[in-house]
Amino acid sequence: MVTIKKIKQAFFIALWFMVLTFPIMVIKVNTITDTVVFRWSYLFWNGIGTFFASLTWNYFLHLKENKQKTETSDDIPMVHQLLQNDRFRIPFLIALAVFFLIYPFVFPMYHTSIMISALVYVMLGLGLNIVVGLAGLLDLGYVAFYCVGAYAYALLNLHFGVSFWLALPISAVLGFMFGTLLGYPVLRLRGDYLAIVTLGFGEIIRIIMENWDDFSNGPRGISNIPPPNFFGIDLGQHGSVIYIYFIVIALVLMTIFFVGRLENSRLGRAWIALRDDEVACQAMGIDKVKTKLTAFALGATWASIGGVVFAAKTSYINPMSFTIWESITILCVVVIGGMGSAIGVIAGALVLILLPEYLRAVAEYRMLVFGALQVIVMVFKPDGLIKSVRKTYKFKKVEE
Amino acid sequence: MRWIYITIGVAITGVLGFLGIREVVSDPVYFLELLLGGLTRGSIYALIALGYTMVYGIIQLINFAHGEIYMIGAMTALIVASVLGLWGWNAGVIAILAVVFAVVYSCAYGFTVEKIAYKPLRNAPRLSALISAIGMSLFLQNYVMLAQTPEFMPFRSLIPDFAFWEPYAHIMSSVELTIIVTTVIVMVLLGILIKFTRIGKAMRATAQDKVMAALLGINVNQVISTTFVVGSATAAIGGVLIACHVGQINFFIGFLAGLKAFIAAVLGGIGSIPGAVLGSLVLGISESFFTGYFWSEYEDVFAFSILVIILIFRPSGILGKHEAQKV
Amino acid sequence: MEPILNVKNLTMTFGGLKALDNVNIAIEKGQIAALIGPNGAGKTTFFNCITGIYEPSKGQVTITPPGKSSQTLKGLKPNQVTERGLARTFQNIRLFQGMTVLENVMIGRHCRMNAGIFGAMIRPKSQKSEEKKATYASYEILEKIGLEKYVNEMAVNLPYGAQRRLEIARALATDPFLLLLDEPAAGMNPQETKELDDLIIWLRDNEDLSILLIEHDMKLVMSLSDRIHVVDYGKKIAEGTPKEVKSNPEVIKAYLGDDSDDA
Ligand SMILES: Nc1ncnc2c1ncn2[C@@H]1O[C@H](COP(=O)(O)OP(=O)(O)O)[C@@H](O)[C@H]1O
Ligand SMILES: [Mg+2]
Repeated sequence: MVTIKKIKQAFFIALWFMVLTFPIMVIKVNTITDTVVFRWSYLFWNGIGTFFASLTWNYFLHLKENKQKTETSDDIPMVHQLLQNDRFRIPFLIALAVFFLIYPFVFPMYHTSIMISALVYVMLGLGLNIVVGLAGLLDLGYVAFYCVGAYAYALLNLHFGVSFWLALPISAVLGFMFGTLLGYPVLRLRGDYLAIVTLGFGEIIRIIMENWDDFSNGPRGISNIPPPNFFGIDLGQHGSVIYIYFIVIALVLMTIFFVGRLENSRLGRAWIALRDDEVACQAMGIDKVKTKLTAFALGATWASIGGVVFAAKTSYINPMSFTIWESITILCVVVIGGMGSAIGVIAGALVLILLPEYLRAVAEYRMLVFGALQVIVMVFKPDGLIKSVRKTYKFKKVEE
Repeated sequence: MRWIYITIGVAITGVLGFLGIREVVSDPVYFLELLLGGLTRGSIYALIALGYTMVYGIIQLINFAHGEIYMIGAMTALIVASVLGLWGWNAGVIAILAVVFAVVYSCAYGFTVEKIAYKPLRNAPRLSALISAIGMSLFLQNYVMLAQTPEFMPFRSLIPDFAFWEPYAHIMSSVELTIIVTTVIVMVLLGILIKFTRIGKAMRATAQDKVMAALLGINVNQVISTTFVVGSATAAIGGVLIACHVGQINFFIGFLAGLKAFIAAVLGGIGSIPGAVLGSLVLGISESFFTGYFWSEYEDVFAFSILVIILIFRPSGILGKHEAQKV
Repeated sequence: MEPILNVKNLTMTFGGLKALDNVNIAIEKGQIAALIGPNGAGKTTFFNCITGIYEPSKGQVTITPPGKSSQTLKGLKPNQVTERGLARTFQNIRLFQGMTVLENVMIGRHCRMNAGIFGAMIRPKSQKSEEKKATYASYEILEKIGLEKYVNEMAVNLPYGAQRRLEIARALATDPFLLLLDEPAAGMNPQETKELDDLIIWLRDNEDLSILLIEHDMKLVMSLSDRIHVVDYGKKIAEGTPKEVKSNPEVIKAYLGDDSDDA
């Protein structure tokens, strides 16, 4: 319902924004040539834009608040309801499988390549989901382990000719070790302290890679990283992209499988309990540090594997691929998708990675839109696009 | 275990102390330059860190967009100064107006950001608010970049070279002097605001216990808004000062400065205002010495390393209260 | 015989406040002991100190698990204390809200299970059977406590009294020899309190447990306890059988003093 009062409110909000954005949007200065341009039309469009935007914003905010009052806490998102229904689930999974099977053959290589990126993010997201979603540890330096994996493959290959397939397990172990090593001193820190320290680790590793020329070739990076070999057969450029595509699909499936199993295990229960209430958890005999450390190290393992795939796919890495924005993007995948829920993380990765790629048409504006979307999704769906519904352990009495 | 730590600590202090004394003796002017440079740096960190710490103290949110507010302050000052400069106004008037506009606009942005991106998320999971803050930060950066330019813009200093300071200017410039003096003044004013005014008391009460404060008739929303406004104002002052000091700005300056200031706030004990100031000075001065005597390319590594080391020994920061959680 | 729990000179200070001041308490095997005292006397702090949640400023805590030798709890983390056989409940219910009743109890089994990362990912036979055993054991505990009808409910959705009992079930799942209950009857109606009374006695008699409980419901305390320890302002002021404590002038003063504060 649009009432006079609301229109009046929107009008004043529009005025406020016109004043607010005046210096930065209307005046364009050039301090080199010492010129000033006034772009009065922006003022006008901005006013109109914010007027309607504020009407819509308030309308939806109102809607959300009303809904919250009636909603029960265990509302199950539609996707989950559909997926629990066998009649829907089986055809859906078949369709999904067919889609991903034929995808690289139907679409041009460019799209396959983008899809590979998105799928790597699915993997990273699921890995980070162990740390953030399940164990409740805010990790802003996840990219550190991604970096470790990528450089491990690149350097091992450069110096010792280690192949992709060997690099995969090696870097997984390396990731686990790094996770343990970095996690141990800091995991007793409280939530936000942990966030900033992990962020620090991420930056430290990147800066070291940038400055330690002898080791990592500095900002120039490492090129000519070979794609995975296929029984020694040369697949050509297109062929090897398709090959990597299927490797990533396999890795994603493996990730979903293992993460699902971890979640429904002694360890997974301990993570969730730890996230809910640390004190009670410890009092029930769970070793806080050890349990957190496993979550952290396992997350690192997946990041590291993702790094190997990334290096093999792009054939060139340099420290700029591992900035803090990368960590933030992965975190956004998890939170916007829906923390703790695998389907959510997958949806989050596809939306967040594919959307900006295809927004390249409006390349200039894509990060602006991206930032705005983050705010909008969080304001209207704070639990993420697809809220997590944990598969709880149901007890059924079976006579033995 | 404890003894190992203490031994290592003593050893490091000893070596650093020895090196330090040697350096002081061999080149006292350089040492003084670094010290004052560090003080300047620390003052700027402090002006930004205050906003982080105050917001965190009240709503336990890392206000990721705070660095952008600081950038917008500097940007507004640049725009106002350029326009007025073209109109041929007097330099003193320009400087004052530029600062006033920078502060007013930063406050307005801080206020608006809170209303849009954080207020609707008061009762949401904390991570959601953090992501919203990150989104806001990204949005503001790109907004300024698109509306102005991605390039660095020269920023003509608004602060003249003071004649009376001429004899000492080779050690510390007039701008640096202004930065330090301004910071001290801002801190004192802020201290008065928090200690003695009504709204200051309301802020402290809200930081202690939001529910209780609301029951006592404190308008919590208003307190939160005020906190954002005050934090934005100090950040804007920091933004203008640093722009005068460095001489150029772009849309991205808020990111690293914000990050460093946040580190400083955590270092001092987040939520504590004296902690933010102390943490900023510690970080600024030690960074200055580190880059001056060791490797400047590892400046940021050093900042994070200090943070990690201090948090390992004092998990709540230097001045943070280390209290046992009540069970 | 050695007492199964022996606390000597336990002192805990918070800033200037002495929440516990040289408290000595010993619990014998098979005893139901009660720790009473006015609000803020330091009872919960006593629990927190012996279970490793707080690090006491001074004093010794020694346990002698049945059939084992004595050992000190000094410097142990809460989970290590629980592994050694002390389990507790919380005054302000601290269940895992997002989990089912069964899962809450299974968390209690955690420290008696072994599956690690590979167990979870590969799921070998040993892990599967361990998991199954834990599930059944947890269900049995729920049956004993009388919560089996809620087994698949979310813990948050339970009525208040049932939540308190679930805390006990969860503690029992850790296989303790000494159960520490912090105000288990708080907020319960008389019917529920009566059931709790029966449950505690049943646990002592059938599960080979000793129990130390903090309680304000005097009727419950007097009918249950073999021995009562009274603290006030962090100091232990009396100890004895219910009868002795009831007629102790110090105790009466502490409680009456407390009452007159309220008035
Ligand atoms: N973590 C803590 N920090 C400061 N004071 C505490 C803490 N825990 C308990 N206290 C204080 O210790 C005293 C005893 O509290 P408590 O043990 O909870 O009493 P009760 O006998 O009611 O359980 C109280 O004055 C309380 O405020
Ligand atoms: Mg108590």
